[in-house]
Amino acid sequence: MGLVSRGTAAAGLGPARAAVRPRPPDAVPNLISTPPPEGAAPGSSRIPSMVLKAFFPTCCASADSGLLVGRWVPEQSSAVVLAVVHFPFIPIQVKELLAQVQQASRVGVAVLGTWCHRRQEPEESLGHFLEGLGAIFSHEPWLQLCRERGSKFWSCKATRRQVPTCPATSGEDQVMLVFYDQRKVLLSQLHPPAALPDRQAGDATASAVGLAAVFDTVARSEALFRSDRFDEGPVRLSHWQSEGVEASILVELAKWAAGPICLLLTCLLSLVSAASACRMFKLWPLSFVWSKLSTCEQLRHRLEQLTLVFSTQKAKNPTQLMRKANMLVSVLLDVALGLVLLSWLHRKDRIGQLADALIPVADHVAEELQHLLQWLMGAPAGLKMNRALDQVLGRFFLYHIHLWIGYIHLMSPFIECILWHVGLSACLGLTVALSILSDIIALLTFHIYCFYVYGARLYCLKIYGLSSLWRLFRGKKWNVLRQRVDSCSYDLDQLFIGTLLFTILVFLLPTTALYYLVFTLLRLLVVTVQGLIHLLVDLVNSLPLYSLGLRLCRPYRLAAGVKFRVLEHEAGSPLLLLMQINPLSYSRVVHTYRLPSCGCHPKHSWGSLCRKLFFGELIYPWRQRGDKQD
Amino acid sequence: MEDEQSFSDICGGRLALQRRYYSPSCREFCLSCPRISLRSLTAVTCTVWLAAYGLFTLCENSMVLSAAIFITLLGLLGYLHFVKIDQETLLIIDSLGIQMTSSYASGKESTTFIEMGKVKDVVINEAIYMKVIYYLCILLKDPVEPHGISQVVPLFQSAKPRLDCLIEVYKSCQEILAHQKAPSTSL
Repeated sequence: MGLVSRGTAAAGLGPARAAVRPRPPDAVPNLISTPPPEGAAPGSSRIPSMVLKAFFPTCCASADSGLLVGRWVPEQSSAVVLAVVHFPFIPIQVKELLAQVQQASRVGVAVLGTWCHRRQEPEESLGHFLEGLGAIFSHEPWLQLCRERGSKFWSCKATRRQVPTCPATSGEDQVMLVFYDQRKVLLSQLHPPAALPDRQAGDATASAVGLAAVFDTVARSEALFRSDRFDEGPVRLSHWQSEGVEASILVELAKWAAGPICLLLTCLLSLVSAASACRMFKLWPLSFVWSKLSTCEQLRHRLEQLTLVFSTQKAKNPTQLMRKANMLVSVLLDVALGLVLLSWLHRKDRIGQLADALIPVADHVAEELQHLLQWLMGAPAGLKMNRALDQVLGRFFLYHIHLWIGYIHLMSPFIECILWHVGLSACLGLTVALSILSDIIALLTFHIYCFYVYGARLYCLKIYGLSSLWRLFRGKKWNVLRQRVDSCSYDLDQLFIGTLLFTILVFLLPTTALYYLVFTLLRLLVVTVQGLIHLLVDLVNSLPLYSLGLRLCRPYRLAAGVKFRVLEHEAGSPLLLLMQINPLSYSRVVHTYRLPSCGCHPKHSWGSLCRKLFFGELIYPWRQRGDKQD
Repeated sequence: MEDEQSFSDICGGRLALQRRYYSPSCREFCLSCPRISLRSLTAVTCTVWLAAYGLFTLCENSMVLSAAIFITLLGLLGYLHFVKIDQETLLIIDSLGIQMTSSYASGKESTTFIEMGKVKDVVINEAIYMKVIYYLCILLKDPVEPHGISQVVPLFQSAKPRLDCLIEVYKSCQEILAHQKAPSTSL
């Protein structure tokens, strides 16, 4: 990663670039007892039972003495230190810089106190100087942090100038120091996200509560971190970027190239979508076929995703950015896996082998079906069938299979060519190849589907006839107008014919039911295989790989919360805590950033499925998008 | 200030409670569960391997033995990393929040931090599960209803200490939480 230091013009620092001289300590004005608060936090109200928490960046722990700059959050009695301003400085320029940062980021940045990093013996003049600064930059409460070089223990003092009403409380608060890694807190994103900051009101207070306020403050104060120590500004700051602003040449090049590439790809994609929305494809046979093929569904889904990824609009919030990145990575992985599959298929002439094996397999399946039908026409499982009906149904289905085998043999010279071209489509992605496989299975088992439909319709008719005649036995009738069962008086000849028909249907029921059962099971087997393939396609489509990779390599970016660790502690010195980022668990990452899938999953519950099977209603295992609800 | 005491859990095993008072506003309680015993580990391994050897004599396939070794190793690693908790720590910091850490036998640590603004109270609850057991839990405030409770978070779920240990922890926590509820003395 190359280090590129940003131009000072970008830092937006004050125009005065002349060498500044610090004011000598004796020129500091005298201490004024009650100075007017300027730039201090509006609500200096305090919850007396709260300990004062000072959030201090770990990068400033070794910085030289100076002023503490940051934000005071009165509701939690916490001071978030963002940077340290070093000597020499001119107070007017510091105030100008803070005003600029406040305007740019809408965060109430102010001078919070002083920071003293002693090298040798404590210097008396420095001590007085630091105290005198409290008069120039007044803030309630005024923090004074001090550290001996080489010592692990710090001293913190927070003083208030307001005269306490109750004589029992002193002017000093108890202070707790919490260290945080500024870079990690800046880059991380809390889940669940805190309330969005108030953009319209334009005021500095964020509506984030608790520790989210700390994250929010650091994230929005980017304007403060833009200058590093190589910039010739009037004010010398120390923060996480002060050793050199982080940047990468590759990232900058990518950002510059992204604009024209996105434009070009958007044009191409819009051409493709316009071509696919052409009137010709909306004619009835073609539109019906397109809606049934899962390949078209998958291609449409991918086209939508690519349009979103390459759109020229910038992402509005981090969630959208993650979604775009996830989609891009998913598409790239898909294409990579597809190319691997393609290379595997074309090696050692596997396509030829596959084509040679396809016809014998289809023949074998047809033969097995014929055996099954012969078995049904005999005495299957010891049950006694009605001979006539059995023969009729058996011969009907056998003739179908004969037609099917003839059709397959007609197609056999073209199979290899078709397979070769279909194999090429794997370069569009593994999901497209799997969808094509699922469609091929559906086409090859079309005769099973037909048999299932015949058997189901026959069985359904029988069941309705039986239920209607059963009602006749009991002297009832179905009232279509009122949609309920009503009593009805039948004539004698109606009852006689009804009973006759009922007997016939009852005795023919086992035969029809058996055929229905066998073909439904076959159909369910085919549906299960197709369902598994669709599940795999869904998995590749919806897994958020970019987020998972981010969680693996940069866990601080996705934060579920924070965790604290107590550092060295000694009685008498203030408590030192280290705040670290608690990363999100993998299951939560997948749950939060899942991409929306095609939606091709079963819409029936198990209960309704069983009910439909019992009554012989046709089941459509999945609904494609655009199908009307039955 | 550090302090160690020995208690027992609801099944009769030995627990060690370590208390650290860092400051008047920060305290830590560390409960160590009984370690994994060599006896039970040996028993489980012997059972699995005997069963695998029995299967091997039946089907004469040496893959069964390798599979058994593989399964035992994976099972042990999975148990140490995901199931066996060695230590449970409760860190309570006045005006910041309460943190619970569970350290697993493989060294993994899983931490949860609850901010003080969400904590309503820390109480000892009674539960009836074949017998009466007590557990310490944190009550969280309901953002919608000011006096309601939105969630109950139980603590020390794998250590399961008895009432005497819980009372010690409860008293210490209440001392710190009392600072939150104290009325303002100035202003």
